[in-house]
Amino acid sequence: MDMKRNYYEDIELFSSGTILFWSVAFLIFLFTLPLYIPSYNIYLFNIILVNVILAVGLNILVGYTGQISLGHAGFFAIGAYGTALLMMHLHLPFPVALILAGLLAAFFGFIIGLPALRLEGPYLAIATLGFGLTIMHIIGRWEVFGGRMGISTPPLDLGLPGSAYSLVIEGDVKIYYLILTITALMVIGARNLMKTRIGRAFVAIRDDDIAAEVMGVNLTIFKTMSFAVSAFYAGVAGGLYAFVVSFFDPFTFNLILSIIFLVMVVVGGLGSILGAVMGAALITYLQFDLLKNVEEIPYLGELLVQISRKWLTVIGLANFGSIALGLIMLGIVIFEPLGMFGIWIRIKKYWKTWPF
Amino acid sequence: MIEQLIIEGLAIGACYGLFGVAVAIIYKTSEVVNFAQGEMGMIATFVAYHVLTMYHAPFWLAFIITMVFAMLLGMLIEICFLRPAKDPNVLGLIIITLGAEMLLMGLAGWKWGAEQKDFPFLLSVQKSHEIIPGLALNEWSIGVFVLTGIIMVLLFLFFRYSRLGIAMRATQQNVNAAKIMGIKVERVFSITWGMSSLIGTVAAMFFAARSVLDPNFMMEPFMRAFAAAVLGGLTSIPGVVVGGILLGLIENFFGYAWPEWKPIVAFVVIIIIITVRPSGLFAKHYIKKV
Repeated sequence: MDMKRNYYEDIELFSSGTILFWSVAFLIFLFTLPLYIPSYNIYLFNIILVNVILAVGLNILVGYTGQISLGHAGFFAIGAYGTALLMMHLHLPFPVALILAGLLAAFFGFIIGLPALRLEGPYLAIATLGFGLTIMHIIGRWEVFGGRMGISTPPLDLGLPGSAYSLVIEGDVKIYYLILTITALMVIGARNLMKTRIGRAFVAIRDDDIAAEVMGVNLTIFKTMSFAVSAFYAGVAGGLYAFVVSFFDPFTFNLILSIIFLVMVVVGGLGSILGAVMGAALITYLQFDLLKNVEEIPYLGELLVQISRKWLTVIGLANFGSIALGLIMLGIVIFEPLGMFGIWIRIKKYWKTWPF
Repeated sequence: MIEQLIIEGLAIGACYGLFGVAVAIIYKTSEVVNFAQGEMGMIATFVAYHVLTMYHAPFWLAFIITMVFAMLLGMLIEICFLRPAKDPNVLGLIIITLGAEMLLMGLAGWKWGAEQKDFPFLLSVQKSHEIIPGLALNEWSIGVFVLTGIIMVLLFLFFRYSRLGIAMRATQQNVNAAKIMGIKVERVFSITWGMSSLIGTVAAMFFAARSVLDPNFMMEPFMRAFAAAVLGGLTSIPGVVVGGILLGLIENFFGYAWPEWKPIVAFVVIIIIITVRPSGLFAKHYIKKV
C-alpha cells in the first residue's frame, strides 16, 4: 500500500492529493476554531499547540534518531526564560527573541549531543536527566532569572517595543493565531526535514548507528544535529509557552514535565509526525482538562469518589491524574508499542482493504 | 571538623550506595534501568509508617511486614508490567518503569496525602555517640554502616555460592544459554526484582528517617543513588557502593563550601564522569558488536 515507486514519491511532502486536501481542510478548521468554541477554551488549545511543537521536536530526537532524552524540560525552560529575559532586558521584538532563545536552546542541545556520541540507552537517559535537573536548579537559584519566585512575561510585542512600530498582541485568541501559525510552520518544517538527506541520516542512525557510520553517515555531525534541532523546537515551544501562561517559576520545568513530554511522543507513536501531534493533543487534554476534574467525569468520577471515601482519602483523589498517566504509559508499551499512530495505520489498512 | 565532614559523607554515601545496589541488581540481571525503584521504596516505607502509627506495632514486626511487602511488590511489578511486554527496546523499558513510578506515586498520594510526615525510625540522626574520642557518630550513620556491610557480605556470598545467585549470574551473561541449562529465566527475573525491592526499601527507610516522608521524598535520593550506580558502573556491585561513597564525600565537601549549589553537584559529577568514562569507573567497557 505504501510502496514507493521512485525517488520523487519518497521525498514528496504530501504523498497524495487526499492527504493534501485533508491537511489544508484541518488547518482551515483550526484557523476558524475561535469562532466555534468559547474563548476560555482557547487557553487549552494554546497549551496543546505549544506541546505539539515540543512533541514534534522530541520525536525527531527520540523517534527518528533513536536517542533518549529525559531532559527536554531543560530546553523548554531555556526557551521560556530566554525569550522572556531577552524581551525584558534587551527590549527585542518577540520574533527575534524567540528565534534567539531557540538558537540558545539548540546550542545547549549541541553541547548535550557531544557526550551522547559515546552514550546510549540508560546512560544517555541519566545524562539528559541530569542536564534537565541542573538547568532547573541553576535557574531556581540565580537571581537574574527571578529565583524561586518565578517571573511574569512582558507584553507580547511583535514589533519594536516603545516605538511607532510597536504591535502588542493581547488575549488568548490573538495569541492562538500567532502560535497556530508558528506551529503549522514548525510541523511542516519537521516533515520536510525528514524527507531530506538529513532526515534519512537520522533514521539510519536509529536503525543501526554502526552500520550508518559504515555507510558514510557522519555520526558526530548528525547526532549532535539531531539534539540541536530537537532542542530548537523545545526552545521555541518554551518561548511560546511563556506567553501562554504569562507567569512561571523554575519548578514548572521539573522531571515530571520531561517524562510527560516523552509520554506524548511514545503514546502518539515513535517516528511519526502525525503521531507526535496526536499524542501531544491527547496527553495535554487529559492532563489539563479531563484529569484535573476527575470527580466530574460521569460514572467513573462518582465511583472514584466512593472508592476514595471507603479505603483512601478524598483529598488525595487529585493524584488520580498521575495514576492514569502511569497506566497509559504501561498500557501503550505492553499492548500498542506503535502508539496511536499504530492504531491509525491499522484502521486505515482495515478500511482500505475492506471487505478482505 | 574535617573528620566530621568525612564521616557524614561516608554515611550518606553508603546509603546512596546501598540504594544504588538495588538499581544495579536489576540492571545486572535484566538490563532494565528501574526508574520506579525510588517509588517502590517509598510506598514500602509508607506501609511501614502505616503499620507503626495505625496499629502501633513494634518496630521489628513493622520491619518484617514491610520487607515481605517490598518483596511482593517488586515481584508483582515484574510479573504484571515487564513480563507481558513483547520484546521491548530500551526506550520501551524506560517508559514501563517510568509508568510504574507515576502509578506508585499517584497511589501513595491518594492513600496518604501529600503532607509531610515524620517517619518513626529506630535510629535517630540527632543522638550521637563518641566511639572514637573526638569523633561524634550518630546512630543513623552507625546503622547505615552496619547494614550496608551486612548486606554487601550477604550479597557476595549469595552471588558466589548459592544456586540462585549463580543462576542470576548465568542469566545476566546469556539469557538463552541459561534457558537451555534449565534455568527458569522468568522466575529468576521476578526474584531479582523482589530482592532489589527489598534492598531498596531498607535504604529508603534510612532516607525517610533522615528527611521526611511524603510521596516525593525518594525522587532526589533515587537520582543521587542512580548517579552513584552509574559512577561505579552499573554492573559491578562493589563498584556501585564505592561510587556511592565517592558521591557522598564529594557532595558533602562541596555542600560545605558552596551550600546553595549542593543539589546539583551529583548531576554535574555524573555528566562529567559519563562523558569521560561512559561505562563508569569500575565496569569493564564492552565493545558493541554489529
